[in-house]
Amino acid sequence: MADVATADQLDDTVVSEPLDLVRLSLSERVFVKLKGDRELRGRLHGYDLHCNLVLSDVEETIYSLDPETEELKTVVKQSEMLFVRGDAVVLISPPQRT
Amino acid sequence: MLFFSFYKTLIDEVVIVELKNDMSVRGTLKSVDQFLNIKLDDISVLDEIKYPHLSSVKNIFIRGSVVRYVHLPAAVVDTTLLEDASRKEAAAQAAKAGGR
Repeated sequence: MADVATADQLDDTVVSEPLDLVRLSLSERVFVKLKGDRELRGRLHGYDLHCNLVLSDVEETIYSLDPETEELKTVVKQSEMLFVRGDAVVLISPPQRT
Repeated sequence: MLFFSFYKTLIDEVVIVELKNDMSVRGTLKSVDQFLNIKLDDISVLDEIKYPHLSSVKNIFIRGSVVRYVHLPAAVVDTTLLEDASRKEAAAQAAKAGGR
């Protein structure tokens, strides 16, 4: 186990634990799914082990059902710099690589 | 500890804290602790008509766990520094896990 950790420090492009995928997404645009039917798209600048995040140029999409018509409603909000508390984070998806 | 240090660099800046009950509060960040509890001065609630409860309150303590977002002024955030600090924190965590 100790050997694996040392190898990671030498080669910082290796994905050996889940959060390494997030680390490799730093300064890239990511997709974040949150509790409460919310989604974020923005550039990732910071994260920690709780999945607290800092994103810039964020587009937040909130999905909700209209209580009367049962129709799906989406609200989109923009924010230039956003701290996201980790306990609401469901998943973080890195940018598409070709 | 990364975001604790990060918040300390934002002290005296005006931020908007969005809570998990959908209420948003704008105020000057005065202090922060290890749980990311926040103290705000000169506060105003964004939707006063919907949330009139705090209209006479000047400064508040917010428990870290009820925060959903904090909207920050982009100009005061050094994104390169934050990215490097995140990598460093990740390396420190990996070293800790490896030594176990």
